[in-house]
Amino acid sequence: MSIYPYCVAAWLMLAGAYGIVRSRNMVHAVVCLSVCQSGTYVLLLAVGYQRGATAPVFGSTTTPNRNVVDPVVQAMTLTDIVVSATVTALLLALAIQVNKRQRTVDPNELVALKG
Amino acid sequence: MSERGRLAVYLPAALALAALLVLAFLRMPGFGGTVHLYRDLAVPAAVRHVTANVVSAVNFDQRALDTLGEESILLGSVVGAAALLRPAQRESERRPRRTGRTLESTGLLGYLLLPVTLIVGFDVVAHGHLTPGGGFQGGVVLATGIHLLYLAGSYRALERLRPVEVFDAGEALGAGMFTVLGLIGVLAGTAFLQNFLPMGSFGSLFSAGTVPVLNALVGVEVACGAVVLLTHFFTEDLTVSVAGREDGGDRDRGDRDGNDRDGNDQGGEEE
Repeated sequence: MSIYPYCVAAWLMLAGAYGIVRSRNMVHAVVCLSVCQSGTYVLLLAVGYQRGATAPVFGSTTTPNRNVVDPVVQAMTLTDIVVSATVTALLLALAIQVNKRQRTVDPNELVALKG
Repeated sequence: MSERGRLAVYLPAALALAALLVLAFLRMPGFGGTVHLYRDLAVPAAVRHVTANVVSAVNFDQRALDTLGEESILLGSVVGAAALLRPAQRESERRPRRTGRTLESTGLLGYLLLPVTLIVGFDVVAHGHLTPGGGFQGGVVLATGIHLLYLAGSYRALERLRPVEVFDAGEALGAGMFTVLGLIGVLAGTAFLQNFLPMGSFGSLFSAGTVPVLNALVGVEVACGAVVLLTHFFTEDLTVSVAGREDGGDRDRGDRDGNDRDGNDQGGEEE
């Protein structure tokens, strides 16, 4: 099953989206979005993986060689995680603001736009 | 849209997307294979610039411009969260009651781990170009370490260790110096964020040119940014809207019990 890890990534993304669809609480929805984003980490790392390869970090014991996992996708995963954390922070701040103004965190109860 | 309606839209869309994704996966290079074109380009480029940690070389040398963008996203999100969480006109500071106390074991462990965590954070930032780690990871460890003081002690103790103005300035400085270093690259070399410093010898602390410098700057920015962000969330929790007083019990449930958090004057500044 050489596509199994990719399918895990797709499943994580769809499961997170299902959580957002069924969400009754905005904080819960933000966490579900984080689950979605975890799917992209799994996909990126799965793309870069090579059987039997080492980490792309060299030192005194490991001389530079090309038999390592792909460092480019690892760097992109790091970027992904940072962006995910900042998005989570912003959305949580928005949830606090919505709760302050509408006295609810249930997305179903937010019916009208209010200035 | 009702919950049932959303589900009716989601399920067919998810099934279709899942089918398309599986079709795409079937034509991708197999998992664990030996063909990695970017790896074959990135590893020799990192070795040419004497960087032991290839991931750091990609982030702070080969794709340094992307990291500048990433850092700007972080800065923008901290500014955005600060704007969203600023106390409104009708809000006033609330002095939380002294409720509960910290478990002795929590306090002891917190105070013991505080210096250890800070040292680990500095180590992860400083050796980011040699060992796994770097400015982003180390910065988060540093910011977390500072907040152990809140877990182990009190909010007032945290406030003494954490002058927000200093961290505000540190965040801006970290982001600004990154750009300045890039511009020096234009003047000293040929391109923005060019690696212009001497490369040193492989595996030593002073190697890889600008990578450790950029790592340290990002570490400063991430640590300060995370501290400022958490400060705004703390301040938000300590303020209460006048309109919300009647159901204030709703907010109190969110407070952490078992901790004597003291009120602060940050919420009052805006009044």
